[in-house]
Amino acid sequence: MPVVSSIVCPVCGCCCDDIEVTIEGNRITEVKNACALSAAKFEKFNEHRNTSPMVKKDGKLVEATLDEAIGKAAEILDGSEYPLLYGWSCTSCEAIKVGLELAEELGGAIDNTSTICHGPSTLATQDVGLVGATLGQVRHRADLIVYWGSNPWSAHPRHVERYTALSEGRFQKSAWKRFWRRINADNIRKKVARIAELATKEEDSLPNKEERAAKPEALRGEDRRVIVVDVKRTRSADIADYFVQVEPGSDYDILQALRALVRDEELEVDAVGGVPVDDLEELVDVMLDSKFGVIFFGLGLSMSGAKHRNVEAAIRLTQDLNKRTKFLIMPMRGHYNVTGADAVFTWQTGYPYAVDFSHGYPRYNPGETSAVDILQRGDCDAALVVAADPVSSFPRESVNTLVKNPLVVVDPHPSPTALMADVVIPSAFAGIEVEGTAYRMDHVPLPLRKIVEPPAGILSDEEILRRILVQVQSLKKKVQV
Amino acid sequence: MEVTLLTGRTIDQGCGKEAGKLSTEYAENVAVCELNGEDMKRLGIKDNSNVKVTTKFGSVVLKAKKSRRLKTPNIAFVPYGPWANQILGSSTGGTGMPSLKGVKATVEPSDSKVLSIQELLLNVQEKTR
Repeated sequence: MPVVSSIVCPVCGCCCDDIEVTIEGNRITEVKNACALSAAKFEKFNEHRNTSPMVKKDGKLVEATLDEAIGKAAEILDGSEYPLLYGWSCTSCEAIKVGLELAEELGGAIDNTSTICHGPSTLATQDVGLVGATLGQVRHRADLIVYWGSNPWSAHPRHVERYTALSEGRFQKSAWKRFWRRINADNIRKKVARIAELATKEEDSLPNKEERAAKPEALRGEDRRVIVVDVKRTRSADIADYFVQVEPGSDYDILQALRALVRDEELEVDAVGGVPVDDLEELVDVMLDSKFGVIFFGLGLSMSGAKHRNVEAAIRLTQDLNKRTKFLIMPMRGHYNVTGADAVFTWQTGYPYAVDFSHGYPRYNPGETSAVDILQRGDCDAALVVAADPVSSFPRESVNTLVKNPLVVVDPHPSPTALMADVVIPSAFAGIEVEGTAYRMDHVPLPLRKIVEPPAGILSDEEILRRILVQVQSLKKKVQV
Repeated sequence: MEVTLLTGRTIDQGCGKEAGKLSTEYAENVAVCELNGEDMKRLGIKDNSNVKVTTKFGSVVLKAKKSRRLKTPNIAFVPYGPWANQILGSSTGGTGMPSLKGVKATVEPSDSKVLSIQELLLNVQEKTR
């Protein structure tokens, strides 16, 4: 039974590179070091998948040959005035590169999943810059870690363990003993409360965990500390040294209040966004006392309220803090290669997402050339979706335009988008069945490995796109002749 | 009951997604609406009762789930997925990003059943015909 180690995980933006799998007859039988998400992918990726190319005939998807499906896909895209090419964050950089070439050839719009994820963060970064570093720096040096509007416990399960509080850095020790004691204490408190609940027959919510670490003073100490800022008491908040509960949509106010306090200005209110100003003052003191702080922010900032202005305020706060100490900020990128998608888009077109080729040269204007807006206006007349599921992840109105027009899907999963398509071309899983490159959330490129053989006849996204591109080019030549 | 609707990732949603979006695991973990215990009392519903969540963009029936993590009242949490997107708008205000968190909504008890992903898609198909 061969064991393959040091595999880069193709699930979230953490791209953990220490996964170990046992292979038996081209099947993965055991996965080590993986989080729940990663284990679910490595163990179950083969259970539900597209196995044969499909083409819609008389309103129904029927099996077709690969050549037939690629021919039909090329015909749809070539016949379209303004196709939308969407997806890209769950495939390799090599495939994305071909996708961009195809978009240019077709004169369509191309957008990646950043558009409904950290797109606003990119807009903010373009406005005010970003103080960044690699996760290695964070692991070795950060003594204060802030998760703002992000829930690593659910979305990036090994982030805390590999890169922040629970990792053993060269200059910062792991805080796992403290965490362990805290979780045990919480469990005991939970049991006592449960018994009390049963005895008094009163249904009550959890014991007030707020009792513990109620005030930011709890953040004073030698070890690295974790603060979670969120609208909901997430599981990540449970492992934090201090949790700041904010009112939905008030992040901008709080960030600006913190900026004022960093600059030693007085706030003439008692509370901002549901947080007492006294607590904010303490928080700022803790931030200024840290030697190397870092803010990891999630979609809680980029999807709500002021969107890119929230992120801009967070970056500005980091810049203000840098006048007095060392502080970094980093978006918690979701899919394993969404950072790569932004990078490849940028080096090929000059822009990270929402790129429009309809004028013959790349144009970028999020709000106009971004996928949701194009669909909402009903501008595109066909779409190619690669390695994404917009039917599940886009608002309904946008989905209506997407499925009303001819739709080509290249994806290993039988996703809702694939079910609504006119052409489905199954592809191999990048990082499991085919090689490639992916960018971790800190822009470090990592190699995706081939661990098992893809099913017979199933090609990589890159190869499928290249074949579609060749077909489109030959169709265009025919017209010219 | 008026609520602020939040959407987001949950670990169960993430695992369900990797197992496949047509799996029952995915539907069970994603077609849910988490509410604060007191809000559920006010609505007169129990865990796993159906609730109808309505916004100005539409409505969807979900399974109510009591959450001990929503400490403040009048907040409803629905994991990312096709169910949540039934009731979210497409307007991006020129940013490219629709407002997917912090939308005003109402929650009420419902006798209707929770639609499967296939039924949701049929609805979409009919509307676009």
